[in-house]
Amino acid sequence: MDILPFGWTHYVFMKNALLAVLLVTPLFALLGTMVVNNRMVFFTDVLGHSALTGIAIGVLLGFYDPTLPMIILAVVLAVSINLLKNITKTSIDTVLGVFFAFIVALGIVILSRQGGFVKYTSYLIGDILAVTPKQIAWFSLIAIVVLVYWHIAGNAMIITSVNPSLARSRGVNTFLTETSFTVLLAIVVIVSIRLAGILIINSLLVLPAAASRNFARNTYSYTLGAVIISVLSGIAGLIVSYYWGTASGATIVLFAAVFYCLSALLNRFLIK
Amino acid sequence: MNTCEHCCTKIDNLTVRFGDNVILDNVNLHVNCGEVIGVVGPNGAGKTTLLRTILGEIPSKGKISFRVAGSASQKTKIGYVPQKLQFDLSSPISVTDLVASAISRYPVWAGVSKDLSERVKDVLSLFSAEHLLKRRLGELSGGELQRVLLAIAMTPVPKLLLLDEPASGVDIKGLSLFYQIVDDLRKKNDIAVILVTHDLAGVSSYVDRLILLNRSVIAQGEPKEVLSNEKLVAAFGPSLWNISCLPNLRVSGDSKNDNH
Repeated sequence: MDILPFGWTHYVFMKNALLAVLLVTPLFALLGTMVVNNRMVFFTDVLGHSALTGIAIGVLLGFYDPTLPMIILAVVLAVSINLLKNITKTSIDTVLGVFFAFIVALGIVILSRQGGFVKYTSYLIGDILAVTPKQIAWFSLIAIVVLVYWHIAGNAMIITSVNPSLARSRGVNTFLTETSFTVLLAIVVIVSIRLAGILIINSLLVLPAAASRNFARNTYSYTLGAVIISVLSGIAGLIVSYYWGTASGATIVLFAAVFYCLSALLNRFLIK
Repeated sequence: MNTCEHCCTKIDNLTVRFGDNVILDNVNLHVNCGEVIGVVGPNGAGKTTLLRTILGEIPSKGKISFRVAGSASQKTKIGYVPQKLQFDLSSPISVTDLVASAISRYPVWAGVSKDLSERVKDVLSLFSAEHLLKRRLGELSGGELQRVLLAIAMTPVPKLLLLDEPASGVDIKGLSLFYQIVDDLRKKNDIAVILVTHDLAGVSSYVDRLILLNRSVIAQGEPKEVLSNEKLVAAFGPSLWNISCLPNLRVSGDSKNDNH
């Protein structure tokens, strides 16, 4: 018996899962910092849940792998909500609530025909251990795209989040900035949904950034803090889920939630 | 008096509609270089819409043109200081982050280099704001935030500076420092300034011309002239009459509540 708990390293699926976690968690942390800054938490929750309807449409159209219809639906949804946000006088909260209800109900209605919903419950919880080398290759590509995007659009996003008119006066195309960010967000969320699951994917976006905000003083420490918390939660959650025999995604989220509570306490009692 | 050869900004027959609502109706306004214009008017008079239209954010009928060094153009470098920031006050965005992301392309999430940090400090020091570098935006007072936003708007130096309600949320001391800085800037850089405000009394000793706007230009001229105009009383209500008779007595630090 090993003295240290490295038993899990004997399995290829665990090594692949670890690789996936190391790729996906920093990405989620990065995107999450902007999601929380821009108060888009509910928005990304709607995006995650749209996966259900994306699968349903894929099934209806006879797709073997529903990833493509899922991505298309999420992107269309993201762009339409973004457009609607600019023209409607209704509170964005209500708009999102309506979208959320409609999209989830539609997905469930289609998938539950003839009592077939059980087949799709794996999407709700997700399964990191089932990650394939091909998926890992995709995640690597997406990671590069996100990093390049962040490098180019990072400053524009910050100034837009502070005041869109100010951003426009500095020559920022705010519509392009907001739309490209939501499209990127939609793609990353949908591609990762098999790993984390529809029910908890949003927590992976929100918790590391929310925890980091409790002590960050500037954008750099905010980003760095979120990435570290996200990666640590990912590794700890994955290993612990192996020994506990629990769902990895949810275990990772539990660790992130613990980090959030610790940082909130730290903020309450030490910093202020 | 508005058709001089050095004219910086010309707004001709500007009309803005939102659906059936006419927000601005046939507005004509000429602003010269080195001139500070105060735009006053009741809530909903279209003051902020006017600024956003000049910025090119709102589609409009009519013509906005800028003349720089003799040649006319549809575009010019405009500095803009927004009224308020509708962002989450707990956002971990520091003053350095905001200024650096406005003046540089180097992404601030990856850290601000020493060189860039020095540049940000230089920019802020011109506006008595260099001590705010490390503060988060949410921790600034109204006046401090105004100065940071002004520093951004003035880097690089624009031809036209638009200020939206600099008086709101700023104490009297902060406000007169702000007006003083704007006055110096205009003298030093020969820029045109359009200042939208509720603060009639405070602004009248700093502006060259006062425009009373209520969908269209109701009155314009030297502050004293406009302040004694009966239309002003009609637009603002009698409560402001007493203040506007005493333009040098700046009793109104936060005049948001005084205009009805």
